[in-house]
Amino acid sequence: MEKPILTGEMFTQGDIAAAEGALAAGCRFFAGYPITPATEIAERMAYRLPRIGGRYIQMEDEIASCTAVVGASYSGLKAMTATSGPGVSLMNETIGLAAMTEAPMVLVNVMRGGPSTGQPTEASQSDIMQAKWGSHGDYEIIALIPSSVQEMFDLTIRAFNLSEQYRVPTFVLADEIIGHMRERLIIPPEDELEIINRKKPTVPPEEYLPFKPETDLVPPMATFGEGYHFYATGLTHDQKGYPVMTDEAQLALVPRLCDKIRKNADKITQAESTETEDAEILLVAYGGEARTAMRAVKDARAEGMKIGLFRPISVWPFPKDQLKDAAANAQQVIVAELNYGQLVGEVERIIRNEVPVHFIPRVCGTPHTPDELMKEIRRRIK
Amino acid sequence: MTRTEIRLGGLGGQGIIKSAVIIGEAASIHDGKEAVQTASYGPESRGSACKAEVIISDTPVDYPLVLTPHIMVALSNDAFHKYKNDLGEGAIAIIDSDLVKAGKIKPGVQVYQVTAATTAHNVLKNPLVTNVVMLGAFTAITKIVTPEAMQKAIANAFPRYRELNLRAFDEGMKLGQEALEQSSKTK
Repeated sequence: MEKPILTGEMFTQGDIAAAEGALAAGCRFFAGYPITPATEIAERMAYRLPRIGGRYIQMEDEIASCTAVVGASYSGLKAMTATSGPGVSLMNETIGLAAMTEAPMVLVNVMRGGPSTGQPTEASQSDIMQAKWGSHGDYEIIALIPSSVQEMFDLTIRAFNLSEQYRVPTFVLADEIIGHMRERLIIPPEDELEIINRKKPTVPPEEYLPFKPETDLVPPMATFGEGYHFYATGLTHDQKGYPVMTDEAQLALVPRLCDKIRKNADKITQAESTETEDAEILLVAYGGEARTAMRAVKDARAEGMKIGLFRPISVWPFPKDQLKDAAANAQQVIVAELNYGQLVGEVERIIRNEVPVHFIPRVCGTPHTPDELMKEIRRRIK
Repeated sequence: MTRTEIRLGGLGGQGIIKSAVIIGEAASIHDGKEAVQTASYGPESRGSACKAEVIISDTPVDYPLVLTPHIMVALSNDAFHKYKNDLGEGAIAIIDSDLVKAGKIKPGVQVYQVTAATTAHNVLKNPLVTNVVMLGAFTAITKIVTPEAMQKAIANAFPRYRELNLRAFDEGMKLGQEALEQSSKTK
């Protein structure tokens, strides 16, 4: 048996870091279908999982992959899949099932250019809204966006922790830039990693109600085969898990599925503010694009311009209080995304009454260059 | 200079990307600097154009792509002529003179010519190690990474052919030294 946690330093790709983060978090099941630019995750898991007592299955398509992950989750394993936008389109039906049945699972989407099969080998950030709204009905998910190889590792662990804690499908939304670039990855010793496991029932099987929430709105989760007989369905269900088609059942279930995330948002949201205290212009960028924005902040500061950067790390739930703080002294906000306008809508919704919000889109293959952002900053500062 | 941008160009199958990964690992893991490595990425395979880039810095690397290379390593004529005009003032180009005809190049760019392919073929009896010979020359000429760090990264990269590749690296270091001496004589 090989070691599940490869403590030490390595120079590696973001995709590989996500796979290693999953293994460090305790993931022991992967079902997937290879797709550029996420294939290296599947490849790494196919190599590593059988050597540490886990299971890797290459399924016939993405629909089956995601469904197998839900099944594995109910069998008590930490389970994941990795894909790109077109794969998520196929998985959305089962992501809804995972949300409704409260199956913890992690889904890494290494975003590429869309719509449809789009630009397989090019970077993009155009699945931000797909992650939130991909399946039908009212539900919430969690989505984290890494900006470095190290964060691919760290945030994949956090994605598993949040997914287990809140019993909710959790996305790692990477872009091709971060997925394929190589940087130093530091994997800490096992005892320095914070790992959260799902709550298990403390009552005997005959008293167990599989969908009865505790005060955090999350029900403890038994594993199939442990003697806790229960039923899980995509239909509206009561606390016993059986389909009930009443208003009362829908009212007891659907708001809770949303509120367990919304009411715990302060514990989930994550963001980074750089040089924002006196910033007159606030840049907002995330993922690979934030690397350009970070450079623009340095270049602009060197020229004496008061520029700061707000980087949402959780995009869902969106760190709105952190954004308001970062924009407190800003006269203008510039949102830069590798898409034609997605997260900018959320930024506008939160702060447009206080400060004007501008947007610079980019819909082709690589992030903005530092010069392109500087040009926009100079234009706005006049 | 705290940020050094390096571009390697050649053909798919020559080990261009592998070379960039070795430089990145040597710099970041073994020399303790910061490094980011990226590569052209597409459906192309063996024989088509291939580009890989490394940025080495004393501080964390923000923008991860190369804008104005300080160093170019070229293993194909097409790559050299495609990228030579991107080089900035004071940049250096290291070319395999068996594979690349330099011709005229803009002023302010220093070209070093090494015979990596011939050395791999004649001395090491294996043309596959041409890229590692080139890495030796790169190390001797640029001094951006230490030879010790490169040796560690090469040993990690080729566990089954460790000795051959380390010899290729040493031969490349010699070629690099000779190219440096040649250029100081002509100055």
